[in-house]
Amino acid sequence: MQGFLEQALIYLAAAVIAVPIAKRLGLGAVLGFLVAGIVIGPWGLRLIGEVETVLHFAEFGVVLLLFLVGLELNPGKLLAMRGPIFGAGSLQVVGTVVAVVAVGVSIGVPLTTALVAGMGFAMSSTAIALASLGERGLLNTDGGRLSFAVLLFQDLAVIPLMLVLALLQPGGGGSMDSLAILKALGIIALVIVGGRYLLRPVLRYIAGTGMREIFIAFALLLVIGIALAMHAVGLSMALGTFLAGVLLADSEYRHELELDIEPFKGLLLGLFFIAVGMSVDLGLFLRAPLLVIGLALAVVALKIVVLLGVARASRVRGADAGVFALYLSQVGEFAFVLFGAAAAQNVLPRESIDVLNAATAASMLTTPLLVFGFERWIAPRLGGEQPRTADTIDEHHPVIIAGFGRFGQVVTRLLHGLGISTTVVDHDPNQIELVRRFDYRAYYGDATRIDLLEAAGAARAKLLIVAVDDPDAARRIVTLAKEHFPTLAVIARARSRSDAFEFHGQGVAFVRETFRSSLEAGELALKQLGFGAYAARRAAEQFRRHDEALLARAAAPRGDIKKLIAVMQQGREDLSVVMASETLRGDATSDEGWHEQAYMHARRIDEGKGEGV
Amino acid sequence: MNQRVLVLYAHPLHARSQVNAALREAIQTLPGVTLHDLYESYPEFVVDVAREQALLLEHEVVLLQFPLQWYSAPAMIKEWLDAVLEEGWAYGQRGDKLRGKAMMCAVSAGGASDVYGPDGVNRYTVEELLRPFELTARLCGMRYLRPFVTFAARRLDDAVIAVRAREYADMLAQIVSGELPAPFDSRSR
Repeated sequence: MQGFLEQALIYLAAAVIAVPIAKRLGLGAVLGFLVAGIVIGPWGLRLIGEVETVLHFAEFGVVLLLFLVGLELNPGKLLAMRGPIFGAGSLQVVGTVVAVVAVGVSIGVPLTTALVAGMGFAMSSTAIALASLGERGLLNTDGGRLSFAVLLFQDLAVIPLMLVLALLQPGGGGSMDSLAILKALGIIALVIVGGRYLLRPVLRYIAGTGMREIFIAFALLLVIGIALAMHAVGLSMALGTFLAGVLLADSEYRHELELDIEPFKGLLLGLFFIAVGMSVDLGLFLRAPLLVIGLALAVVALKIVVLLGVARASRVRGADAGVFALYLSQVGEFAFVLFGAAAAQNVLPRESIDVLNAATAASMLTTPLLVFGFERWIAPRLGGEQPRTADTIDEHHPVIIAGFGRFGQVVTRLLHGLGISTTVVDHDPNQIELVRRFDYRAYYGDATRIDLLEAAGAARAKLLIVAVDDPDAARRIVTLAKEHFPTLAVIARARSRSDAFEFHGQGVAFVRETFRSSLEAGELALKQLGFGAYAARRAAEQFRRHDEALLARAAAPRGDIKKLIAVMQQGREDLSVVMASETLRGDATSDEGWHEQAYMHARRIDEGKGEGV
Repeated sequence: MNQRVLVLYAHPLHARSQVNAALREAIQTLPGVTLHDLYESYPEFVVDVAREQALLLEHEVVLLQFPLQWYSAPAMIKEWLDAVLEEGWAYGQRGDKLRGKAMMCAVSAGGASDVYGPDGVNRYTVEELLRPFELTARLCGMRYLRPFVTFAARRLDDAVIAVRAREYADMLAQIVSGELPAPFDSRSR
């Protein structure tokens, strides 16, 4: 038996090694965890034995994930989503079950087996889908939202599916009595009422202690408590905590809770993926590779077909439909639960269950690969470069603004205030959605691409403002613009000094993004220290001029570090001279300068002794 | 009848000022007096016209306090006049918002009183040098009051400055109480 710390060491080491590699290869963190699990599991290096326990423990990551998802959704937003949840959700679950049963029976699988398989396969992995969607910033796209709605419905559907399973039990029927249902409803009511009226005062009391650790402890206690209560009456733990999250979404403690739970969620979710990887039965793979892999691929293909149908019915099209279908195409962790229950209740023989479980695990491995392939080869053919296709830009303005974050927005607002119209492009769908709600027009697209700049009217515009956050992207856009649209004036946002050097060298006007705000802080400091507002302003302005001149001088010998050091050293000396004269300036222009001696010269002229005017 | 006084204070280096700082200190808490430091409010020289006009409407007397620099006011005062006294508001057709109010300058001069005037090296009196303000007031229909001038500002010792500050405060208190001095015309000497 290994100790707890040794196990932790193995998990952490596996994750730290595998995840960065997977990320680097563009395969996503989820696949990294899964592979790490396979490697350390009983079929790999055999470093870890009891997979079941770990899997069970790590399922708690999914519970925390849904609690956090709930925190993002207040009851109003949830209510607004009821259409897709129940419409698309039920369509997907029923559609998948029917399809699996139809195909299964037609190739000679017994009806019961096909039905149990169908119910399990209808589930998708909330953990994989939400984590991957979040990783790629797709949660707020049409495809992401539909995915979420369907996943939520699947969580709800577990309850009736378990009921069906009980009915399928040989010799038995309807073992889930009315008392159990009553208990389940009672717990849900308790969570809703308690969450609404009890939780806030308690949270206020806990927060009032001012001890962060106790708040974290309480947050975990809350989530674990609700999860266990739900589990006790046969409901999905994740569903219960999701509900609690929704009820707290409006509360003032939302951000605090998010912050506290987030790291636990991240680690446990990673552990969960590792555990799934470990539970992949490589022995079965080796004994019946065609059966397991064939079944997994067939199920994934079937699910994709059904999901595409659901997307169509929900009027989600193009790359969004692709995202939706692929991210939900794997069989989820609830399938293990359903299959486990089926085995326990003797609905299916052990061998069938083993095959189904292996296929489920194998299907989870396909998602990161499918997503990778989709982004590489399929999404571009759908007419866009990313999962979301670039918007068509149907207006042209004298000013193009690339990047509509904190920086671009201020510039745009200033220009709009003076009636100057702009074409705004951003590559973050969430950002676009957000600003559209405030009645700003912004287009989705990647401004580092020449065709998008062309579409935005770069050939006719007067000015391009590169306001993107990512310095690499900014440099690429500037270089592209200089190369293809030589008459287009460019103003670039320089993140660092070296970006500023670069833009200076290209002859592009640039703004050093934190420079002015740092100067402002310096100016405030001077005022705090007793300088007048005007004197402080002048000092800051003098410093700005000095520093910008120094930057221009330092830009030339950039490659030559010795020369650069010399320039910077000279710059420091110059600065002290500049600032000294700024402080002395007072003596020259204040009242002091205007004394009698100042008139000596004038007096000499008056007396005819001067050299004349 | 109370006269509210708006003191527009303009010293580019207030921290180094002696006379003006003392005069300002003496009046800033007087009832009926609003002290408005222009260099402190507009270090970037972008005057908020609406705010300034609203302030003017709330007062009956406008007092410009500044050190004499190059025979005139510091640049901020000029910028303020250029921006705030708009045509149609302060002067010109229907520009009557300041009509009936009073304007006054309180200045410090580096030279002693004898360098100003026909016999002095500066040839003109301070009152004559301040004629742009006199005419500005006239054009806006304002009553122009005799300037409050402190000479040889850099050579006064603390005791003299204190006396001068007292005089300044007394004068302002009197104006606030409603006793306006007679209108001043620099031609009649």
